Amino acid sequence: MFETFEHKADIGVRGIGATEGKAFEECAKAMFGIIADLKKVEAEKFDGIELKAENLEELLVKFLNELLFLKDAKGMLYSKFKVYITSEGPGFALHAKVGGGKIDAAKHSLRGDVKAATYHQLRVAKEGGGFVAQCVVDV
Amino acid sequence: MADFKLLRNCVWELPKEGMMRVPARVIATEKLLHEIEQGAMEQIKNVATLPGIQKYSIALPDCHFGYGFAIGGVAAFDAKEGGIVSPGGVGFDINCGVRLVRTSLQAAEIKPKIKELIDVLFGLVPAGVGGKGKIRLDEAGLRELLQHGARWAVENGYGWEKDLLHCEDNGEMKEADPSKVSQKAMQRGMPQSGTLGSGNHFLEIQMVQEIFDEKIAKKFGLFEGQLVVMLHSGSRGFGHQVATDYIEAMLNAMKKYGISVPDRQLACAPIDSDEGRDYIAAMNCGVNYAFANRQAMMHWLREGFSKVLGQSAESLGMDLVYDICHNVAKFEQHAVDGKKKELLVHRKGATRAMPAGRKENQGDYSGTGHPALIPGSMGTASYVLVGTELGLQESFASVCHGAGRAMSRTAAMKGKRGEQVKRELEAKGEVIRGASWAGLAEEAPEAYKDIDEVIRSVELAGIGRKVAKMVPLGVMKG
Repeated sequence: MFETFEHKADIGVRGIGATEGKAFEECAKAMFGIIADLKKVEAEKFDGIELKAENLEELLVKFLNELLFLKDAKGMLYSKFKVYITSEGPGFALHAKVGGGKIDAAKHSLRGDVKAATYHQLRVAKEGGGFVAQCVVDV
Repeated sequence: MADFKLLRNCVWELPKEGMMRVPARVIATEKLLHEIEQGAMEQIKNVATLPGIQKYSIALPDCHFGYGFAIGGVAAFDAKEGGIVSPGGVGFDINCGVRLVRTSLQAAEIKPKIKELIDVLFGLVPAGVGGKGKIRLDEAGLRELLQHGARWAVENGYGWEKDLLHCEDNGEMKEADPSKVSQKAMQRGMPQSGTLGSGNHFLEIQMVQEIFDEKIAKKFGLFEGQLVVMLHSGSRGFGHQVATDYIEAMLNAMKKYGISVPDRQLACAPIDSDEGRDYIAAMNCGVNYAFANRQAMMHWLREGFSKVLGQSAESLGMDLVYDICHNVAKFEQHAVDGKKKELLVHRKGATRAMPAGRKENQGDYSGTGHPALIPGSMGTASYVLVGTELGLQESFASVCHGAGRAMSRTAAMKGKRGEQVKRELEAKGEVIRGASWAGLAEEAPEAYKDIDEVIRSVELAGIGRKVAKMVPLGVMKG
């Protein structure tokens, strides 16, 4: 499940899932949910993401920022996410398949933009039998 | 708040404590001082711990919580003392800034045409998430734009040569180096050139409600009852990517330089380092990108006015009053303890206000100082200020940038729905066109501090003086 949380100037995004990967998926949904009505974004096209980071928290920020880069560079909004996280050396690797469609103001009920994921209130942790992945995004 | 000492009217100081290298200073009325949240105070104190910081870590009256640095703050660093540069001290939206365009028109005469003007502008100026840019750019073209900023725009048919004389740094930062910009930033920049963006970005038709200094207003080309247009926009996804790239690069580099910071978002590098120099070169590309953007959008707004009013923009007197940055870091000469120093001044949510006689003011504004443009939030007043000698000493010639948020976006959304905000503002006679209802709710006037109180703080502290006050007649938002 995903949700947003309070922040003075911007918005927090939080994903909760059974695994780290699922928590990342839900967090990405929370972020795109700020931009558009996800129910209206059909997964017509899929893009792949490959990333590495020293720890899970940096991995989350990199993942969300990569999605924002794709949003602007390709003009896409994403609503479907499949994220696999594995240990690699001293750190972690992420492989993801993300599905979405070209931004369409008429179809997607656009709400606002997201500039970047930040390190603020950044947390990836085991919680209540699953995992939580969250951070504040600059809007 | 108990720790802050009142030094003089609206200037409060917190002496050095803990790891702070300099005191913190807040410029605000007592009312606004108490509105600054604890988190923002922590950020002001954290900035005071950074290497090479000069005089004080400054917070302006519209100060609120940001990333690493609070928004509404100024911090200046001396490279010779190991001073740092920090992307967090500039912001994700590099050169988010404001442009004011004058006309020779009386607002009262044009009032019946405001709706038509806003509708036409909504069609001419791309806005909102995914708003498709009209400027066709390949990589080579973008590199030219990044190098030359507003000059690129003028040379490509957007606006007039004389516009550049009324831009901060003539709209062209010579320190820009496109080779220091990532491929990702280039890819984000190409499709978004000449777009307004969303959030608190806007294009607003305003009326000059009151003139406070007739002589200076005349020099600025402003008069009471005049119709003017204000544009607020930044460097779009291009700037966001540059900031993201370099925050990551600096987090990795800090260990090399033995710098540790209390907050990751304060990631920084010595000005005199490869990472520092590279960021400054890339940041200046972002500054130029936003200058070019605002120049192109002004060109379209002139076209829109010309179309609706049936006269050329020249005959409508649509000159650029000024274009100013409020998220930037600039090299400037300032006196510190009687010594002239070259400092890198970070202004994040702060506006430069150089007084008369400074070399930054050439030509038309050398005798008065340049206009400092302060946009109000939706439905509220905007101001034109001018800088003072005292401001040079007190805040490195910096004033506020707007009203500053008072309410979180989630709280604002719980407060009123976008449609209600629109209805309330329309009931006051304002025309609103927005690309999104949620966007309107988040930007409701109640979500911001009181701009009049913010401006009062600036004046009482003596760091800026009011020249004109404008009120909105019609607004277009992304």
